Amino acid sequence: MGILNVLVTVSLAYVLFLFTVAFFADRSAARGRAKWLQSPLIYTLSLSIYCTAWTFYGAVGYAARSGVEFLTIYLGPSIVMIGWWWTLRKLVRIGRSQRVTSIADLISSRFGKSNSLAVVVTVIAVVGTTPYIALQLQSVTLALEAFAGDVAKTSGGPSATTLWLAAGLALFTVLFGTRNLDANERHDGVVMAIAVEAVVKLVALVAVGLFVIWGIGGGVGPTLERISQSDIARWDVSGGRWMGLMFLSASAVLTLPRMFQVLVVENEDERHLATASWAFPAYLMLMSLFVVPIAVIGLEHMPEGANPDLFVLTLPLSEGQNTLAMLSFLGGFSSATSMVIVAAIALSTMVSNHIVMPIWLSAQGSTAIVAGDVRHVVLLSRRLSIMGVLTLGYLYHHTTGGGEALASIGLISFAGVAQTLPALLGGIFWRGATRIGALCGMVVGFVAWAYTLFMPSFGPEVFLSDEFLRNGPMGIGWLRPQALFGISQGDPLVHSIIWSMSLNALAFFVGSLVSFPTPLERLQGAQFVNVFDHSTRPGSWSRGMAEAEDLLVMAQRILGPSEAQSLFRSEAASQGITGYLPETTPEFLQRLEREMAGSVGAATAHAMIGQILGRASVTVEDLMAVADETAQIMEYSNQLEAKSAELTRTARQLRAANEKLTQMSVQKDAFLSQISHELRTPMTSIRAFSEILRDGGLDEAALAKYAGIIHDEAIRLTRLLDDLLDLSVLENGQVSLNERIGRLGDVLDQAEAAAGIENSRLRVVRSRVREDLVLYTDLDRLAQVFINLISNALKYCDAKRPRLEIAVRDLGDNLAIDFVDNGGGIPTASQDVIFEKFSRVGSDQAAGGAGLGLAICREIVHRLGGTVSYLPGQGGAAFRVLLPMTVVRQNRGS
Amino acid sequence: MGKRVLLIEDEPNIIEAISFILSRDGWEVDTHANGTDAVDKVNRRQPDLVILDVMLPGRSGFDILKELRANAPTAGLPVLMLTARGQTKDRETAQALGASRFMTKPFSNAEVLESVRALAAGVQAQG
Repeated sequence: MGILNVLVTVSLAYVLFLFTVAFFADRSAARGRAKWLQSPLIYTLSLSIYCTAWTFYGAVGYAARSGVEFLTIYLGPSIVMIGWWWTLRKLVRIGRSQRVTSIADLISSRFGKSNSLAVVVTVIAVVGTTPYIALQLQSVTLALEAFAGDVAKTSGGPSATTLWLAAGLALFTVLFGTRNLDANERHDGVVMAIAVEAVVKLVALVAVGLFVIWGIGGGVGPTLERISQSDIARWDVSGGRWMGLMFLSASAVLTLPRMFQVLVVENEDERHLATASWAFPAYLMLMSLFVVPIAVIGLEHMPEGANPDLFVLTLPLSEGQNTLAMLSFLGGFSSATSMVIVAAIALSTMVSNHIVMPIWLSAQGSTAIVAGDVRHVVLLSRRLSIMGVLTLGYLYHHTTGGGEALASIGLISFAGVAQTLPALLGGIFWRGATRIGALCGMVVGFVAWAYTLFMPSFGPEVFLSDEFLRNGPMGIGWLRPQALFGISQGDPLVHSIIWSMSLNALAFFVGSLVSFPTPLERLQGAQFVNVFDHSTRPGSWSRGMAEAEDLLVMAQRILGPSEAQSLFRSEAASQGITGYLPETTPEFLQRLEREMAGSVGAATAHAMIGQILGRASVTVEDLMAVADETAQIMEYSNQLEAKSAELTRTARQLRAANEKLTQMSVQKDAFLSQISHELRTPMTSIRAFSEILRDGGLDEAALAKYAGIIHDEAIRLTRLLDDLLDLSVLENGQVSLNERIGRLGDVLDQAEAAAGIENSRLRVVRSRVREDLVLYTDLDRLAQVFINLISNALKYCDAKRPRLEIAVRDLGDNLAIDFVDNGGGIPTASQDVIFEKFSRVGSDQAAGGAGLGLAICREIVHRLGGTVSYLPGQGGAAFRVLLPMTVVRQNRGS
Repeated sequence: MGKRVLLIEDEPNIIEAISFILSRDGWEVDTHANGTDAVDKVNRRQPDLVILDVMLPGRSGFDILKELRANAPTAGLPVLMLTARGQTKDRETAQALGASRFMTKPFSNAEVLESVRALAAGVQAQG
């Protein structure tokens, strides 16, 4: 009774000590002064949760029952650790680059962030781990019983002890496992406490070992003597079982949720693996060093029927070494609690992220931002999950009554969680692996495991009847759980491993081959398998309509307001923006998703951001942007397209230029004949009449008339030369404008008179009121333009009653003066060229113009700051002179 | 007996000049100032000789010549073509179309008279 009280007191003090360690480790980590927390030593010690109470107590029992076979449990992990470069390094790199929170998260991420896959892994993990947790509870209970003898029964029995233990562990885990929710999903306090426990259990076991060898065995020599005489030393090795056990323990290091948690999730630095690769096997060696001596001496000293699983405890007790026994108890207690705590954290993360949160989110409707404080919900769901996991462990223990030998429960668990191994390894080494394959493999393997090992392990009549076990379901012999297809291996464990793993691997392989990966799966597959080539980030979000504000609202609820705000602020600052709302660049969205993945898991984070972005998955464009080659091809193709477009443009321009040149060449030829004609025609008259005059014999009237003709034609020639000169001057920009004030109406009157309207058939229609504008411009040049346009109407209007309307319009920025006649107009084809020099429509010569008029007009109006153009569709020839409003000084009409 | 000449030309002063020169030499000169209905005029008047300008309002002198040569009654009619453009291309076109003579403006009065006389004589010689 006395010793039990002391034991309970010591245990409570120990727990209090662990609390303190965890608390201060958390504190200093939060303050950023935790460099020593992140040493490779702590990392290595934290890996020792591999050595649970099963190892602490059970290894001796195992050795007592099966000899050196227990070594396989240490050899498997040692091989994996020593070969860390190939597998562990990759897992850790992936874990870090993808912010993986659990093994379920990793497998789900790899296969296109599929939540159904995560659920399967989670179920396997929970089912596989629950017996293991029960095992820890049982070991502590058994240890207590060993101390207490009959006393335990009076204090409520082992079941009550187990219950209290489970509750206490749940409390500790809740307190330190869910203190904070951060993106890294690291628990510095817990890791530190585990490291301390690792030291305690090693010291305890070594102390018992030393005591056994020197205190009981009488030194190294005699002890070795005894060992070699015992049955244990007999090298009785079944090759198949050894291979199977080593395979199991090796895969357990990778796939056990708690091992994944400390190996990958809690890893601070990839380089720690290098240290752990030799330090952890060394730790295991120390742990196993004294197993055989303790077993041998225990078998000798302890009474027949004593539980060899408890030799570590009962040997010192029987020798009256109560303090040593208490240390041994604390070692076992440490092993059990550290395993349970980490397992509960790992499982609760998985259950919460992949089962509770998705259900909760979908129950909340589709909009993540409208929901309440997700952060609070996540913590609550984690805590409930932890309690749920421990409750399951307790119930398992309670149901099975703790009858099993510790080691076999451990192996059954190993075989269960090993079902995720093909999907895990396939996922990180084989790009062809698909979600369907992973799903098939795990489900098939899990079912095979449950059928051949898990359910029969409860013994006949719990799940399966004795009849069922011996003769198969409904008497179908080849379906017997422990001898599938009639192949009885003799060893149910090896039989189950072979069948479940080979069926698993086969289903995984075939499923992957026949199914087609989604774009996201391809992307993730490439990133996982080639994680060392490019540590780029997964599932890029293309910059969409995501409202930074919506994202902030959501992030605040998941990450906590201050963390979310500082994240947004730092991102904004790095983009050169002040305030809390950065541009939603793909990089930022990835970063945000990563941070959130730590709280709610990758799949959920991806889905939540997807909801805000308004789309559920990565599009083809995103994939293309990520894949380097594809991006390059796109780039190249874009360049080609641009080049091609440029070429087309150039070709079009060249064609247009060519057409224009051809036209100009035709015009130049036409001009040469034209100028020849224009010069020669007056010359002809002048020559002919001068000869007539020279011949003499004319009367006075004829003389005067012919001399007049010669005079007129000489003037015509002069005018032609003047026009040419004028145009040349205008074109060369040498003209100086003589700007002055004048009335538009007056200018038009003057032009009308100069064009000789008075003696013609052409009727000019004007609106004098609108013309009542005062202009400041070169009025003579303007008049010249008007004269030309009026003369054109006079010459070319072919209507029976020719009529010219001159309309003045205010177009806002411009003043328009339109000259519209009622003739046939100018053919569309010619409208482009009429303003060119020497162009004349058709061969119409009637008025003897040289085809310079409109060219001169264009140049003049251009000098005056305006334009002159042909107005099509006015029912006749129509010209519009546009002058800038700036020339208008005063509107007398208004 | 005066021969009849049809002058198809749009430049009033040139019409005046040629009419004066030929009338003084005893020709009966008829004039027409556009290309559009020039062929009708030829057919109606049935002149002994046509003086045809190339650049006419409405229709080119070349077109008119082509039509005259295509019609049997006027196929052999002497046609003196006048042009102010003076390019060899015009001369070649005129010859190809069957112009009897080709003159470039400005011309001397004597040259016109000589040409008209020669053409009229040629016709007489043939007839």
